Amino acid sequence: MCYWSSLAISWGLIIAILLWVILSLVGYFQGDSILLGMSRAKKIKPDDHPRLYNVVEEIKIASGLEKMPDIYIIDDPALNAFATGRDPNRASVAITSGLLQKLNRDELQGVIGHELAHIKNRDVLLMAMCSVLLGTIVILAWYGSRMALFGAMFGGRRSSSRGGGGGNIIILVVALAFMILAPIFAQLIYLAISRKREYLADASSALYTRYPEGLASALEKLASSTSQLKSANQATAPMYIINPFRKKGLKASDLTSTHPPISERIRILRAMAGASFYNYDQAYRQMHGGKGVIPATSLAAETVPIATARLEAEAGEPNELQRARETSDAMWRLSNYNTITCDCGAKLRVPPNFKEPQIKCPHCGRIHQI
Amino acid sequence: MVPVYVIIGIVVVLAIVLWILYNGLVRLRNQVKNAWAQIDVQLKRRHDLIPNLVETVKGYMKFERETLEAVTKARNIAQQASSAGAGERAKAEGDLSSALSRLLAVVERYPDLKANQNFLALQEELTSTENKISFSRQFYNDSVLKYNNQTQMVPSNIAARMFGFKAGEFFEVTLAAEREAPKVSFTQ
Repeated sequence: MCYWSSLAISWGLIIAILLWVILSLVGYFQGDSILLGMSRAKKIKPDDHPRLYNVVEEIKIASGLEKMPDIYIIDDPALNAFATGRDPNRASVAITSGLLQKLNRDELQGVIGHELAHIKNRDVLLMAMCSVLLGTIVILAWYGSRMALFGAMFGGRRSSSRGGGGGNIIILVVALAFMILAPIFAQLIYLAISRKREYLADASSALYTRYPEGLASALEKLASSTSQLKSANQATAPMYIINPFRKKGLKASDLTSTHPPISERIRILRAMAGASFYNYDQAYRQMHGGKGVIPATSLAAETVPIATARLEAEAGEPNELQRARETSDAMWRLSNYNTITCDCGAKLRVPPNFKEPQIKCPHCGRIHQI
Repeated sequence: MVPVYVIIGIVVVLAIVLWILYNGLVRLRNQVKNAWAQIDVQLKRRHDLIPNLVETVKGYMKFERETLEAVTKARNIAQQASSAGAGERAKAEGDLSSALSRLLAVVERYPDLKANQNFLALQEELTSTENKISFSRQFYNDSVLKYNNQTQMVPSNIAARMFGFKAGEFFEVTLAAEREAPKVSFTQ
């Protein structure tokens, strides 16, 4: 009888681990399409939003990615962006329309640099592997401590009649503590890794653009917004540029977040003396002391000069109103609306199911052919 | 008997190490080549955009004939230099960059032009192409640095010398020309 029950438990263990691995694999292979589908992201062509497409292509060149990632816009006033895709050849970046109209070119480069760094550093793969490994450890720990618990409880009665129950109580307590603590620690490790990768992506973005101030100022704009992204969920949180679930007034070193606090990320970026990984590491150490945050293998003690702000780019830079128009034009086009600009200055949005051959401008009464 | 096995073992290990070093060098050399090709693509794109820009701008800019001619001339020189060596080419492209930025700065004086959709699209393309040129040059130089380090550092320098990997050439002369880009004041 004892034989049968232990057999049943080990089958349960195998099934649990198998299920976990299958779930993680589905998340890994289908995660991008699930994520993009859930957030109702719309894929854009170069003509839909030339500025966004160009900026992604610029950073793609700067990062040395071989293939151009797909670009998506999420129609949401919240400010956020994410990258997804299981390898650099099948990657996508998505940005909310709210963020797109808030950022100027340098800031957009910083944000896209952060996202492409996630792709280049293969963070999707890393976080998927982490969740498989840590999840398996949690299942094993739970199973192991349950065995110990049962052993202590049922085996204990027999041996305590012989007068030796003290050891069993200790095993019982240790097993119980293990069962409770293992998942918590696994979660904390997962979050710590996620935060490390965020720092690395920030450092990479500064290196690609040679202009840490761009990302810093973009993060500042992100920090000042309070609206939450409707379509985000816990599992996909590490891929966003800022934690989509953050609350106001979070403590400076929060162990239970996928992302480091924004204010700290901004301070590190602004403290950089150059644009290299080494400079980022130095800036991080200034703030925290002790160990740095960049993997030692990619650290060479060199300083890369920061680019000066480009004056001629600023001259032709669209302002916030123009960017808002540009983005809303793109969103209408992506919903298959036809846009006619009337001579009086009004823009007519013609829905895709509009069948009439001509349309009258509601503002001045002119007739337009479609 | 034993020394023979030891010698064979050492030879095999050495061959494997050499193999790995060689492959690493080839990978870096290809990266340098690709990065160079990317610079080429972007420079060509800029040459193609300029006639369009000049055509669009001509009608609006009555008083900027010289600026426009300077751009056209710099573009033709740069196009001819595209088959020349890296140094000459970098200088020609640098001149084109400064002529262009002079033109784009002058645009501020023509509000009509700034309302022209066609011009705005061209300006976006040009701005982006300028960025792509500087980013591709940046990536090229990073790749050359990495490759040169590998050809000079122990132990990969041994493999580099054995198989004839030569150090790459940086592309950086244009930086100086760009720094000199004139600052146009708008107080008139």
